[in-house]
Amino acid sequence: MQLTLKSVSYVYNSDAVEPRYAVKDVSFTLNKGEFVGLIGHTGSGKSTLVQFLDGLLKPTSGQVLCDGEDIFEKGYPLRELRKKVGLVFQYPEHQLFESDILKDVCFGPKNMGCSQEEQLERAKKAIALVGLDESYYTKSPFDLSGGEKRRVAIAGILAMGPDILVLDEPTAGLDPAGRDEILDQVERLNKEEGIGVVLVSHSMEDVAERTDRILVMSGGVLQYDDTPRNVFRHREELAALGLDIPQVTDICHTLRDKGFDIPEDILTVAEAKEEILKVLKKS
Amino acid sequence: MKIIDILHLIHEYKVYDDDEQEVGSVRALNDVTLSLEEGSFVVVLGHNGCGKSTLAKHLNALLLPTEGMVYVCGNNTQEEDDIWKIRKNAGMIFQNPDNQIVGNVVEEDVAFGPENIGVPTEKMVKRVTEALKKVGMEAYRLNSPNQLSGGQKQRIGIAGMLAMRPKVILMDEPTAMLDPSGRKDVLNIVHELNKKEGMTVVLITHYMEEAVDADRVIVMDGGEIKMDGTPREIFSRVDELKNYRLTVPQVTELAWELKKEGVDLPDGILTKEELVEALCSLH
Repeated sequence: MQLTLKSVSYVYNSDAVEPRYAVKDVSFTLNKGEFVGLIGHTGSGKSTLVQFLDGLLKPTSGQVLCDGEDIFEKGYPLRELRKKVGLVFQYPEHQLFESDILKDVCFGPKNMGCSQEEQLERAKKAIALVGLDESYYTKSPFDLSGGEKRRVAIAGILAMGPDILVLDEPTAGLDPAGRDEILDQVERLNKEEGIGVVLVSHSMEDVAERTDRILVMSGGVLQYDDTPRNVFRHREELAALGLDIPQVTDICHTLRDKGFDIPEDILTVAEAKEEILKVLKKS
Repeated sequence: MKIIDILHLIHEYKVYDDDEQEVGSVRALNDVTLSLEEGSFVVVLGHNGCGKSTLAKHLNALLLPTEGMVYVCGNNTQEEDDIWKIRKNAGMIFQNPDNQIVGNVVEEDVAFGPENIGVPTEKMVKRVTEALKKVGMEAYRLNSPNQLSGGQKQRIGIAGMLAMRPKVILMDEPTAMLDPSGRKDVLNIVHELNKKEGMTVVLITHYMEEAVDADRVIVMDGGEIKMDGTPREIFSRVDELKNYRLTVPQVTELAWELKKEGVDLPDGILTKEELVEALCSLH
């Protein structure tokens, strides 16, 4: 599945003399199976953008196309689209409500009109996909740890069989190991199941390490749309937008300034280690 | 001088079945003994469910000990008559700023606390102004809180607490929902209150970077204190931290990885500057 935003804008108080743009003239295409990071400070328009992707919000102007079809055309099956684009909001565990986990994950397929058999099949598969075993089926969602609850909530979305998974800060409030577990899981869904991922994140380290492509929003405008390496070359520009670069990228930039012969597009600790060792061995 | 004294604190949550019959208990804190110096900046780390939030709630008598004692500014939390003194002295900030805002206008929100303890109007105006000034939000005095960003809301929450003139600031993951610049703003303000006003700060966080500038770092696991020391001491013990589902800042991790490869670096490097300097001297 391919989703395209074509010169999309969203205006608050459009009747006012000076309309306020939440999103202004944004265009990009999400290709099948891509792992995309979406970053930007609070109020930069990220959440508004995300809501266009499954037609929760209609842009004031511009088009949202799914495989070439305008999703806001009369008669377009938005319900179908919403099965294909799975939105996982912040703190999705707050939306768990059933008495046990299997029932909770069945809720989506049930609403889709699946037979009871298919509901169970889908739910069991989804629970396995987030790395929880059968012993969890009968547990109450409220007896789980924060990270487990969140995985159950993601399973609830996966049970609907999405082609694209949009995750709004899926690691907020989790401990470091919990963060890694969730992101490893998401990465596996992307690599092994071919599910496209849009990861909204405030952690530059996470998007640098995991994504293929980064969209940077600022003031409602799409500032960058490029590979992590290319985006994080822009240390000063990102700082001006209130964004950081990964700490290890920053270290490498500074070492370069001090005369170290290392690339400026280092993204991970492992890469930095290798490059620094190379330089030290030479000297 | 000791401002907080915790002696052999045990906390057990009761577990109920579906008929609200007590069926057992879970020990969240197991024999914790800890004293905090007045004016110190203490960071508490630990994975989800390690007991750190339970501990924080004991510090302003939101929870009372199952066994043991907690003294805040010399008052025992189990003395009912002293509870308001304790809550006035130890203010708490939670993760979600939206849950703590009650007023329709910023200044009303900040005035809520002092209003409740009967501060007269003319003094109130002064307190509110002072508090807003300290968090750099004076310009928003007459704004509606729902138009503010997460970081700004959190600063209003802090101002509301400051208007009570507390001696201790307790913060339970105050930056978990904020973007990088909001996170920086909140931390800068808390550090300033600690340095300039001599306020004692207890900060619970999952962001290791936020512990770097603390006076003291405490690591909890399974309801017990497992590590207690300066950031440099704690972050030198990388393997041990990972055992407790924690991590270290990227710069510390990079230094640790380089050290394992035989690079001659000091233990517990905490900042980019330290690492760059150490590497430059080897280059």
